[in-house]
Amino acid sequence: MAAQITYADVEVGTELPAGSFPVTRATLVRYAGASGDFNPIHWNEKFAKEVGLPDVIAHGMFTMAEAIRVVTDWVGDPGAVVEYGVRFTRPVVVPNDDRGGLIEVTAKVAAKLDDNRVRVDLTATSAGQKVLGMARAVVALG
Amino acid sequence: MALDQSFVGRSYPPTDPYEVGREKIREFAVAVGDDNPVYTDPEAAKNAGHPDVIAPPTFVFAITFAAAGQVVADPQLGLDYSRVVHGDQKFAYARPVRAGDRLSVTSTIEAVKSMAGNDIIDIRGEVHDESGEHVVTAWTKLVSRAPEEA
Repeated sequence: MAAQITYADVEVGTELPAGSFPVTRATLVRYAGASGDFNPIHWNEKFAKEVGLPDVIAHGMFTMAEAIRVVTDWVGDPGAVVEYGVRFTRPVVVPNDDRGGLIEVTAKVAAKLDDNRVRVDLTATSAGQKVLGMARAVVALG
Repeated sequence: MALDQSFVGRSYPPTDPYEVGREKIREFAVAVGDDNPVYTDPEAAKNAGHPDVIAPPTFVFAITFAAAGQVVADPQLGLDYSRVVHGDQKFAYARPVRAGDRLSVTSTIEAVKSMAGNDIIDIRGEVHDESGEHVVTAWTKLVSRAPEEA
């Protein structure tokens, strides 16, 4: 385990460096290929609107993957993540333009646990709306 | 139509092993824009204490979700997949997934509920490597939305 942050370094309320992750239609096509999730709501605007969505939306798992980067970038070794869970509350809408959407993530240490582990609570928003609920990770620190 | 409660606790046979490749991990890391070298550089991974490159935390979902397809497509269960959305996702890791792993998933239905016409199913996927070591558990909540009133 090579966590670069030590348990003694942090206290409840310690904020992690925030992250900001752009997502365009091209990002979603690439993620679809890498993940094997080819649901057309993530690349076909006509289909997305037919099933009642405002536009093409990002894969929930893409948003989940971006949010945890705030934790893995902070701790250095992604192998330090012991638990990670989220609720998908609102979709990240991805307009068909050069800018696309933006996922903004903040996180803070919410609890110090046994065995040098801490619970980190994450907040992810896009276009001012919270897109993940109950987003929490447990991380083993050095 | 409400799903059959008798499916709670049902487990499905372990899936055929999925072999995790270095290049598949690299492709996933590029797709999420993450340049952490432990995903692509075996030396960096070794320096962090891993025997080979490791996968980003959510990588394993592709494997557990494919396995959950056994449940979703079970004709006896009768879930309307065209109306399914992903509600919650959680992982508990015994160790990170790494290149060279041959991973098998055993899926179990943990809960079946009907709320306001929506069918909700909780599936637990236990992921083991070829030696039988537990690697990660994935909990997936799927919601099949009620059809709109005509």
